[in-house]
Amino acid sequence: MGSNHVNRRDLIKRSAAVGLVAAPGMGMLSACASGGGENDDKVEKGKKTKDNPLAVNKDAKLEVVIFNGGYGDQYALDNHKVYEKNFGNVSHSKTQKIRTKMQPRMVKGNPPDVINNSGAENMDVASLIEKDQVADLQPLLDAPSLYDPSKKVSETLLPGVVEKGRFGSDKVYQLNYSYTVYGVWYSKTNLEKLDLEYPKTWDEMLAACAKAKKEGIAGWTYAGKHPYYFAFSLYPFIAKIGGKEVLEAIDNLEPNAWKHDAVKKAFEAYHELYAKGYILKGTPGIDHIQSQTQWTKGKALFLPNGSWVENEAKGTTPKDFEMTVAPPSSLDKSDAMPFETIWAEASEPFMVPAQAKNVEGGMEWLRTMMSKQSTQNFSKQVSALTCVDGASDGLDLQSGLASAQEILKAAGDENRVGPRIRDWYLELDKDKVGGALASMMSGDIEPAEAMKRCQKAADEVAKDDSVKKYKR
Amino acid sequence: MANDVRTVDKTTTDSGSDRGAGGPARSGAGPLVLAFLLPPRFTPEKVRNDRRYRTLDKYRFVCWFLLLPIVIYAIFVVSPFFQAFYYSLTDWTGFSSDFAFVGADNYVRLLEDSSFWASLRHSLLLLVVAPLVTLGLGLFFAFMLQAGGRHKKNEAISGVRGAKLYKNVYFFPQVLSVAIIGVVWGAMYDPITGPINEVLRLAGLDFLTRSWLADPKFALSCVLFVLCWMFIGFYVVLFSAAMGAIPKDIYEAALLDGASRPATFFRVTLPLIWDTVQTGWIYMGIQALDSFAIVHIMTINRGGPGESTLVTPVYLYKKAFDSGQAGYATAIGVVLLLVTMVFAAIMMLLNRRDRIEY
Repeated sequence: MGSNHVNRRDLIKRSAAVGLVAAPGMGMLSACASGGGENDDKVEKGKKTKDNPLAVNKDAKLEVVIFNGGYGDQYALDNHKVYEKNFGNVSHSKTQKIRTKMQPRMVKGNPPDVINNSGAENMDVASLIEKDQVADLQPLLDAPSLYDPSKKVSETLLPGVVEKGRFGSDKVYQLNYSYTVYGVWYSKTNLEKLDLEYPKTWDEMLAACAKAKKEGIAGWTYAGKHPYYFAFSLYPFIAKIGGKEVLEAIDNLEPNAWKHDAVKKAFEAYHELYAKGYILKGTPGIDHIQSQTQWTKGKALFLPNGSWVENEAKGTTPKDFEMTVAPPSSLDKSDAMPFETIWAEASEPFMVPAQAKNVEGGMEWLRTMMSKQSTQNFSKQVSALTCVDGASDGLDLQSGLASAQEILKAAGDENRVGPRIRDWYLELDKDKVGGALASMMSGDIEPAEAMKRCQKAADEVAKDDSVKKYKR
Repeated sequence: MANDVRTVDKTTTDSGSDRGAGGPARSGAGPLVLAFLLPPRFTPEKVRNDRRYRTLDKYRFVCWFLLLPIVIYAIFVVSPFFQAFYYSLTDWTGFSSDFAFVGADNYVRLLEDSSFWASLRHSLLLLVVAPLVTLGLGLFFAFMLQAGGRHKKNEAISGVRGAKLYKNVYFFPQVLSVAIIGVVWGAMYDPITGPINEVLRLAGLDFLTRSWLADPKFALSCVLFVLCWMFIGFYVVLFSAAMGAIPKDIYEAALLDGASRPATFFRVTLPLIWDTVQTGWIYMGIQALDSFAIVHIMTINRGGPGESTLVTPVYLYKKAFDSGQAGYATAIGVVLLLVTMVFAAIMMLLNRRDRIEY
């Protein structure tokens, strides 16, 4: 620099000044994070034939993104091979962070053709639908099924699958490929050791817990860190006591929905578990894995969970555990619904983005997923039911999944409930209701206060214009 | 200072024009601007002889060298700030590129949002308490390491035995990533298999065991503890370095006057490293305001039980990504930015004092 005589401090001062002047200018110039928008490079449609009812362009490429969670992605890779026999190449990717990877592409208008929008980091599908980002799957549902060629796809599905894909209109935006059965999970072996059978009424439940307590075993444990797990047995319990309408009122955010007598009875019954000391000590502070481990170790008898638990707890489950799921116990004889009532619903959502290049191909890929070959492959590989009715019949299933299939059959269409509050109002269900339940079950508040908190939170959501509302 | 430079400038430019051998001393601004934009080798001879060329050359040098960093800084650091202000005035969901301008609606909503106020209360509590505890303990440990040992011959002060080892041990948490710290401390607090309860049980203190993170009365303190634990080591090292720079003769003089250790600390050490403490205070305050990762990873239901550990960044995250209200979340972010800036400004103003040269 020598002769330039720019003093260092001066340099810094002046460059800071330049920076300040430059900054606002750049702010205006810069591209927005929300920029982008329409894209017109969609592939041309193919010719509609009997084998190609969705008119897929046979040469067009397809991009599929799979959530790499409990189910892995092998089932999808196997399905790619089937799809590629008739149609173009599939480019496959898997991730655990669907939201981080996919949301920017949705905003930019450059999404893949199929997204398995699942996991803890999934995209809020309700918001996506509101912004017309998701394709209506009606053509897929109307296409002939590959599972049973005499039927339409929609006719082969288990009840509730199509409804689960609806968000406040007739359009179906999501296909939930797996079918989850929620309930109270137990080990047949451990119950037999105590000379017990699964309690069908609440009195029997309390008696069973009392007996276990004498042996130094807790009655219940649950994922305290994720208190919404508790709802897996609580919601169907509420429906059982007061009927399906009570859950519908809760889903519809009706005033006083949470003040219903059935809610009160259900809360009080569960609170009794705490009050009598039947909950495994420390449960409010443990996560789902820890609760499952304590349960498979035999430290607690019952665990509210979904049918994925068999796969998730595989590592710690003893061989002779005989994992079984049962509907939540009935409260008493005045219940509105029978003991068989369960919460079962389609899960593991797949969607085709509206701005995808190969929308038809995406739907065709999903149609292939619902063929006999792919559904059975899925059930065998990940031991879970699929949304196709009867697809896993005759397969050799693990004990937990077999029992899930049994109680699903026993419930029939009539006695199956499917609360929607989770996918419609995620924050309300997970944080607010979950939080109130957690406080109640750890003894911080009484059931009456928990009901009040749930109602207050629901009222707040009902009032909030920024949250889209649904009705059923 | 600036005057000095200007005078030097003048003399050099003068001498420069002398060398110009009486050429055209002034030409239009056009060639000058051109020369400014072009690399030096293309500078026309005419401009080279201009008496303003020296100044031009200087600023050309500075501007060209700063151009790239400033552009990068503006695009990746400054412009997002301005965009954030803009988005906070919209109802952007974060799920598509269309949104509407809603004015100050988001900020009005903030005023009535009880969860937001709860989160802000917790963040401000952490902002006040975490630096106090961390810096206090950091200073104490650093002083012990530096001057807490027995008096030896020939040395006015000395650290406790094994000071070097301690310094390394204190620094360990700083080496771990925040995510790991969150997971590990989550396991520490585990009520059933966690070592904390295990130790308490072994010591026969069963009545002290509890579900640490599940107890609304303790959950926030547990978060606070982890925050402090994470950063104390850093401040021990930072303050040790600052204390090491204080000349030993000052301590000797204090000792000769019969100063006790606390007096030495408060009258000598602390005033001399006050600058470092102040910087550390601001830094730690900002860390405490953030505390996102720890709360997100470690606590019940991310901010629970209830809202007892909800901090503003976690609430922001939930609004942006769980609820699809990116616009509203951005408004929360703007408020958080303001809080941070006000905090930094207050700290700077409060601590304004003359630097002691030594």
